[in-house]
Amino acid sequence: MDRVAIVGVGQTKHEARKKESSFSEMVYGAVKMALEDAGIGIDGIDNVITTSNDFWDGRTISSMATGDVSGGPGRNVSCVEGDGTFGAFYGLCRILSGSYGTTLVTAYTKGSESVSHLITNAAFDPIHMRSLGLDMITACALQARRYMTRYGVTEEELALISVKNHGNALANPNAHLGMKVTVEDVMNSKKIADPLKLYDISPISDGACCVILANEERAKEITNRPVWVKGVSFCADAYLLGDRDLSECRALEKAARTAYKMAGIEDPKKEIDVAEVYDAFTYQESLWTEGLGFCGQGEGGKLAASGATAKDGELPVNPSGGLLGAHPAIAAGLIRIVEAARQVRGEAGDMQVEKDVQSALAHGVNGVCGQSHCVWVLGRDGKRG
Amino acid sequence: MSDFWSEAETIVIEGRIKVPYSWQAGETASHYLTQLRDEQKIWGKRCPKCKKVLLPPRKSCPFCFVDTDEWVEISGEGVVEAFTIVRRDTPIQPMKAPFAYALIRLDGADTDLTHVLSEVNLNDIKEGMRVKAVFAENRQGSPLDIAYFKPSDS
Repeated sequence: MDRVAIVGVGQTKHEARKKESSFSEMVYGAVKMALEDAGIGIDGIDNVITTSNDFWDGRTISSMATGDVSGGPGRNVSCVEGDGTFGAFYGLCRILSGSYGTTLVTAYTKGSESVSHLITNAAFDPIHMRSLGLDMITACALQARRYMTRYGVTEEELALISVKNHGNALANPNAHLGMKVTVEDVMNSKKIADPLKLYDISPISDGACCVILANEERAKEITNRPVWVKGVSFCADAYLLGDRDLSECRALEKAARTAYKMAGIEDPKKEIDVAEVYDAFTYQESLWTEGLGFCGQGEGGKLAASGATAKDGELPVNPSGGLLGAHPAIAAGLIRIVEAARQVRGEAGDMQVEKDVQSALAHGVNGVCGQSHCVWVLGRDGKRG
Repeated sequence: MSDFWSEAETIVIEGRIKVPYSWQAGETASHYLTQLRDEQKIWGKRCPKCKKVLLPPRKSCPFCFVDTDEWVEISGEGVVEAFTIVRRDTPIQPMKAPFAYALIRLDGADTDLTHVLSEVNLNDIKEGMRVKAVFAENRQGSPLDIAYFKPSDS
């Protein structure tokens, strides 16, 4: 693979309800920040990928509605419906095609403007599933229960992830829900769908994110602090919940293996210095760290309880606070890429981990209960194994 | 700037979207749903390659990408694989909270059916518990023609 770098990143502050901006104005803010970060103008952008979801936006062809604020007119604009990591993957492929030197990728939602259980219920098959009234939370509660029962992962172990990520979010000026909570607070928080309690569940946020990718030649022109894409892959699993063993994440395992191979990583636990993973729920951080090979199957809860994933641990996970700190749907994965890139640059401010970051991992999810996963390995040098 | 916004009026536009859809279930799901409605029978389909019996039945196997070819009648009884007790109400849930959703592995099937549990003490639900289908009286060719599952021994 030719070398591609992240040369500019931007994101809004993520919050419960952004009153000062419409959603295209929100995207405009993130795009301007990314251009400023890259030190280029919109004329330096060769093509645009918007990442959105028509149901969340309440309009069809939602991608085109944010084209103007992404420098769309006069350029090739295309859209990905799904998580921002998948939009960035498409943007990367467009550079690798040789047709474009730079791609600007945006992702956003305003969760405050619709009714989330109606939107996520609509993710289910209308013939066999939707009438059951499941939504993202109740479906993921089934997955949490299946996973915890199979491996004996405890609610207290998972509560530690809530304590860690909400605590980490206090250091993140863009987070929506930074707070100091104890395991007891999490255990006593309102029961929503057993075993999920309020503080196990990420908030519904408004926010936008933007990443600018460039090929090697352009990256070197644009910046002296490129963050290189060392490995990237995505993989999907079956659609219906009942077709999968929800206590496993085989699609993530495969995506991670492929990305690690590209990046020349043999032992992710030793070679990944920091990870930003898609913790829409506490159990998901635990399960995804298993799929990413940071620990064995069923050991994610113990990994968190050991302190290894704390900001000052051996393998910090979500020093930004992750999705538990802020969850604008669609943008959430792209934000993981931005936070991982900032760690690589050493520009993560109070979120910066203590160790030297040679390789950082970013992870996004699309679909219910982790149906598909996208894994990025980023680093200061683009060398691969 | 932030002081300004704390006092400024912001306009909110209310949406009026209501978009009706009519989904064709297709031949495989139509057969499955008419059998639920008319015969109170549950049918899966077997994949000729991996031999898994898929429930709900599909025209093609999601694992092998081949046509499924054999209809297999599935028992109305099975085992709870996982469950959640729902504590909060939404207008789209089929029952008032608290109630339980479960992944149920019916005898003879190789995939789990997602459904609701009722006529059960919520505190007694456990993985491995045997449950059986209770059909709705007024059946309309829908997954909710199975009204819910209840413990087999009740």
